[in-house]
Amino acid sequence: MINTMECAADAQSLISISLMKIHNSRTQRGGIKLHKNLLVSYVLRNARQVYIKEKYAEIYRMQQYEEVMTVCNEIQELNPLDLDAEDAEDEEQARAACCGEEASLCGAACHRGAAQLAVHTRAAVSALPDCCPLEESSKEPEPCYYRSCCMETSPVSQCEQFSANSSAYCNKTTVLDLDTHVVTTVENGYLHQDCCCDALQCGQSAQSPAKKRKVEFGCCVSDVEEISDFAAARKRAKREDCSFFHPDYTDTSHISNLISIFGSGFSGLLSRQADVEQICSKQVLASLGAWTRAIVAF
Amino acid sequence: MAGTGDGSSDVQWCFSQVKGAIDDEVAEADVISTVEFNHSGELLATGDKGGRVVIFQQEPESKNQPQCRGEYNVYSTFQSHEPEFDYLKSLEIEEKINKIRWLPQKNAAQFLLSTNDKTIKLWKISERDKRPEGYNLKEEDGRYRDFNTVTTLRVPVFMPMDLMVEASPRRVFANAHTYHINSISVNSDCETYLSADDLRINLWNLEINDRSFNIVDIKPANMEELTEVITAAEFHPNQCNTFVYSSSKGTIRLCDMRAAALCDQHTKLFEEPEDPNNRSFFSEIISSISDVKFSHSGRYMMTRDYLSVKVWDLNMETRPVETYQVHDYLRSKLCSLYENDCIFDKFECCWNGNDSVVMTGSYNNFFRMFDRGYRQDVTLEASRENSKPRSVLKPRKVSTGGKRKKDEISVDCLDFNKKILHTAWHPLDNIIAVATTNNLYIFQEKLN
Repeated sequence: MINTMECAADAQSLISISLMKIHNSRTQRGGIKLHKNLLVSYVLRNARQVYIKEKYAEIYRMQQYEEVMTVCNEIQELNPLDLDAEDAEDEEQARAACCGEEASLCGAACHRGAAQLAVHTRAAVSALPDCCPLEESSKEPEPCYYRSCCMETSPVSQCEQFSANSSAYCNKTTVLDLDTHVVTTVENGYLHQDCCCDALQCGQSAQSPAKKRKVEFGCCVSDVEEISDFAAARKRAKREDCSFFHPDYTDTSHISNLISIFGSGFSGLLSRQADVEQICSKQVLASLGAWTRAIVAF
Repeated sequence: MAGTGDGSSDVQWCFSQVKGAIDDEVAEADVISTVEFNHSGELLATGDKGGRVVIFQQEPESKNQPQCRGEYNVYSTFQSHEPEFDYLKSLEIEEKINKIRWLPQKNAAQFLLSTNDKTIKLWKISERDKRPEGYNLKEEDGRYRDFNTVTTLRVPVFMPMDLMVEASPRRVFANAHTYHINSISVNSDCETYLSADDLRINLWNLEINDRSFNIVDIKPANMEELTEVITAAEFHPNQCNTFVYSSSKGTIRLCDMRAAALCDQHTKLFEEPEDPNNRSFFSEIISSISDVKFSHSGRYMMTRDYLSVKVWDLNMETRPVETYQVHDYLRSKLCSLYENDCIFDKFECCWNGNDSVVMTGSYNNFFRMFDRGYRQDVTLEASRENSKPRSVLKPRKVSTGGKRKKDEISVDCLDFNKKILHTAWHPLDNIIAVATTNNLYIFQEKLN
């Protein structure tokens, strides 16, 4: 067990520093030092473990909160409010959000409190499935971009889709990035990613609770628009030195995307030509569990 | 110490000499990268980042000053390695001398092996203090005489001349290592030597430079499964079939070349279980072994990791028999040391002549000695301030607690740019060579 003194914030900075060291080693005189890079990869692995552990803990806390809220809502059902339809969907999508095995994308750092976290989640998940029904009532109809596989499957718990027996459906894992609101689905090891930023805007014309959520989302929208594309984030990581000194480099959403890059091994960082889809097709998320420590140096 | 049978270990160390530039600004090429005494202690070789080798020779003891052993003066300087470029991989190969190892002397000439990241060279250092004069067919300057002017014959004779030391490369052992060479070690049979890089160890014959045997290969089939690299290797001082190599995971493997041609299966594995209470982000880094040295007797070996020195009995694999903390106060600073790359510094260690004391370097130009018998340790400093001839070195202390005593230095005041990575101990006498960044300090035992 890593000393508990190192919290998730330290883990994040260590990840940033380690990635920078690996990047700089590529241009060092004498070639890549295999020994040093191997040791740096160990630090990266240790920091990632702590980072993900913290995110799991946050998700678990959020899930607990969701369950509590669900119970509260059920009690509130005695008072007929318009939140009913949304909450039913909330519960399902919250399960979907937390069900993903590859929680690293799901676990993008959110330093806000758990309460805010839950609110964001509810807003996000409510906006997603409501995209279509709200379209009708929205003054500015937006096309619904949300296309998660989850929507097409049975409303049973998404966890069941993990089972190897569910051959009727493709083997899917759906993960919701709580910060960027990017929904990621891994289908038989193939990655689909959806941006629900437009879906968010669908919810702007919703009732007052949704409006309240919209205000809280205001601070995140710019992030979503900026990091809406997995390819963009990856290309940003691939840029030369200046990118690593960009203030947003330590942005937690960058970190989670970079972590997923490393799921494909350091060849993902060294290769400049690999296409994003190529990387995705290499079971990026599926291999995240088997964290690669080696450097493909020669 | 040194076999004198003293009752106590109160050896006092005096400053003797310092070699190198006085400037505060250090030229990259002048950074000392290796230090090694030869088998008699008469010669002291240093290698630097610029690929140069400088050899110092000890002057014979002066009858006028019996309290002082002879000083070391420059004997020979030569460019051992030049920077190269690997066009296939588009990589520059540094000329930095990683290691120097002396061969046992067999005749008038001295031989040493020097290596950079990729190429090992065997150098012959020979003296010339006579030259032939009186050739019949050549003038003194070497021009051929007109045969018609030769009317008499004479026998050329050797005439004394100013001593000239020549260094000539006798063998070049190249193209055998894909990864960076970290160690070379001459076998006790004086015919073979090994060279180790991150993943492989090769066995060479000193006479044959176009062939080598690979005796250890830890490269995995899939490089993504790589978990450890070789960090150091050394032949046993007496048993020509035995060698050890250390790894980045903190393990040492002893191999017997009689068991198999490929020594991937170790004969013994020396490993100490990790203390789970000390687990941190940097556990793997600080457990990586940076140096391994057999004792002169061959009974023990010593390993250096980032924070400690461990002495192992070859007969016990489960744990070291002695552990010495070099600078445990750095354990709480590992994060900063990781950021500034100091955590990757590779400290070396060495034994004294009779294996009773071990020595290693630290930061702030401190170096530490641990007396195994008397269980005492001392911290000394190599600095220009203490460089008056024969001035006794005062023990230094680093304060770790809140209250700092007088003459103690606080951990936060340590200069991590001043590091002593390379030290060497004279094989017979209490004379030590300590390399700071670009200076070589020589200290001697105070003789009464």
